[in-house]
Amino acid sequence: MPSALINVPAKARRGDIIEIKTLMSHIMETGYRHTASGEVVPRDIITSFTCRYNGREIFRADLYPAIAANPFITFFTTATESGKFEFEWIGDKGFSETASASITVE
Amino acid sequence: MRFAGLTAMAALLIAGAVLAAEIPPGERRSGYSFMGPDTRAMQDDDTANPGMLWVLDGETLWRRKTGAADKACADCHNDARDSMKGVAARYPAYDKALGRPVNLEQRVNLCRANHQRASALAYESRDLLALTAFVAQQSRGLPIETGADPELAPFIAKGRELFMRRQGQLNLGCTNCHDENWDKHLAGSAITQAQPTGYPIYRLEWQSLGSLQRRLRSCITGVRAQAYDYGAPELVELELYLMSRAHGMPMESPAVRP
Repeated sequence: MPSALINVPAKARRGDIIEIKTLMSHIMETGYRHTASGEVVPRDIITSFTCRYNGREIFRADLYPAIAANPFITFFTTATESGKFEFEWIGDKGFSETASASITVE
Repeated sequence: MRFAGLTAMAALLIAGAVLAAEIPPGERRSGYSFMGPDTRAMQDDDTANPGMLWVLDGETLWRRKTGAADKACADCHNDARDSMKGVAARYPAYDKALGRPVNLEQRVNLCRANHQRASALAYESRDLLALTAFVAQQSRGLPIETGADPELAPFIAKGRELFMRRQGQLNLGCTNCHDENWDKHLAGSAITQAQPTGYPIYRLEWQSLGSLQRRLRSCITGVRAQAYDYGAPELVELELYLMSRAHGMPMESPAVRP
């Protein structure tokens, strides 16, 4: 039951610099920890995050084991046109989640 | 003379114990006020506060039918925004059938057993944390009112006794840090007043949400005493004392702590 929290302004003026905030629920197990009996806890992390603005990729990040659980990724972009932001998280064990948010640019 | 001396000393010890006791109402501070600006900002923004991920899950679970009775929380309690408003601010509460206080986690499990006929959720499981976070969030901003029920008085007294009692290899009581030294630091971290205003909390150190009992067990282990099991009456009494001690302070659930 993974859930994401997305914060994109609902409205902006053309040319405005807007902040986009994303929070994805994930344990980000490093793969470096051991159980009490000495077995390695297998790595289970998000490896990649992408954001598309009306289909065009505007932000991408690669994630590594040192990133804390429930990664919070925030970045800026310029509001150019009304439309949709699409977010995608891909990770170990077939993890693949998407979310989207709309913006009206005046 | 010797007897009189002993009596004087005993009187001093008692006076000392009384002096060390309570933090004056005007000086009570939430753990929030001990945090840095970054951590505060994280708590204040619902899209940056990871505790909200559990609240989202809790909202889903609230509406999901479960157990042999095939009932959801919402089937009895309807919209949590109305029915659960202020509820967490009154917990732990006295349960007449059991004749003792129960905390929010135990109340969820009692509801599951009696009304949904479902199995109990384990302490610190994702589902139980999600439900308690969702319920507690409905009390955000409301003053803590736990302890108003007169039936609770003896249990609050027991919780207070545990708070004051020295224990463990370090021979410390909760009061030695959280009443007497809350304005100081321990290994670079602020010693707070132990006001349970934001549970369940997202603790950065845990990288997860956790209950008040998890926090209490960590503290008890920290003074190198044997921690009580999850759900033990002693821990519920301690929760009850802490909540009654924070009477009137606003709820922050789900809070973020370092």
